[in-house]
Amino acid sequence: MRLFLMAAVALALAGCGERDKAVVYKQGVYQGKTDSAPWNNALYKGDKAKWESDIRARNQQQDESRRIGG
Amino acid sequence: MARMKFLCDSERCIACNGCVTACKNENEVPWGVNRRRVVTLNDGVPGEKAISVACMHCSDAPCMAVCPVDCFYYTDEGVVLHDKDLCIGCGYCFYACPFGAPQYPQSGAFGMRGKMDKCTFCAGGPEPDNSEEEFRKYGRNRLAEGKLPLCAEMCATKALLAGDGDVVSEIFRGRALNRGKGADLWGWGTAYGKEKAKGEGKS
Repeated sequence: MRLFLMAAVALALAGCGERDKAVVYKQGVYQGKTDSAPWNNALYKGDKAKWESDIRARNQQQDESRRIGG
Repeated sequence: MARMKFLCDSERCIACNGCVTACKNENEVPWGVNRRRVVTLNDGVPGEKAISVACMHCSDAPCMAVCPVDCFYYTDEGVVLHDKDLCIGCGYCFYACPFGAPQYPQSGAFGMRGKMDKCTFCAGGPEPDNSEEEFRKYGRNRLAEGKLPLCAEMCATKALLAGDGDVVSEIFRGRALNRGKGADLWGWGTAYGKEKAKGEGKS
């Protein structure tokens, strides 16, 4: 009987707690396949500097004042 | 190298839709999906402007934040890509994106959602570079060929710029100065991070 009462009290008190209802945002972690760097392929063979220089050159070509002068 | 960014110069865009066509052709984007669109502001009103919009490859991408299956990732160059094998086509990213970049194939029954498709900055996806699998799922990987997105490289008026954010910003800054503008423009300091040089722009 005593055990039953203790269990009943414990059970009843279990409902008295107050939980934080604010949603906590957790940043997700990418779950997919890994991607390779754009210079790690047959064309650049891991030469990052060459890739960067090619991209930089293409980038500058968008500036017509530099490309054609003036 | 800084992060890869797009910038559209509304003073130059003539709404020719060349960027849209170049993107569709280069990546063989399915029917109903437009990775890039030209948006006209104040359409029909004198002085209307047009800008070309696609995924802006946000530095703190909301699509990534809301994705329930965490299929988005950043490349080292700051390009936002996703794994279509993981995508469940829920559409959360579409609601989260302020630019309407995520697209869904509409060829199925009842406009059924498929895997999300969006601009990849012509950087493919998480498949071997320039493989058939990568092309089928994500389109061309021009970045791995040392090239920039075709939409920008095709732009006839060079309104759409793509590439290293610092370089793109510097090109645009030069244009603004050539137009006689400068630090007197709203947001100039925030955008370019430096004050007008002596003799630059309007006083």
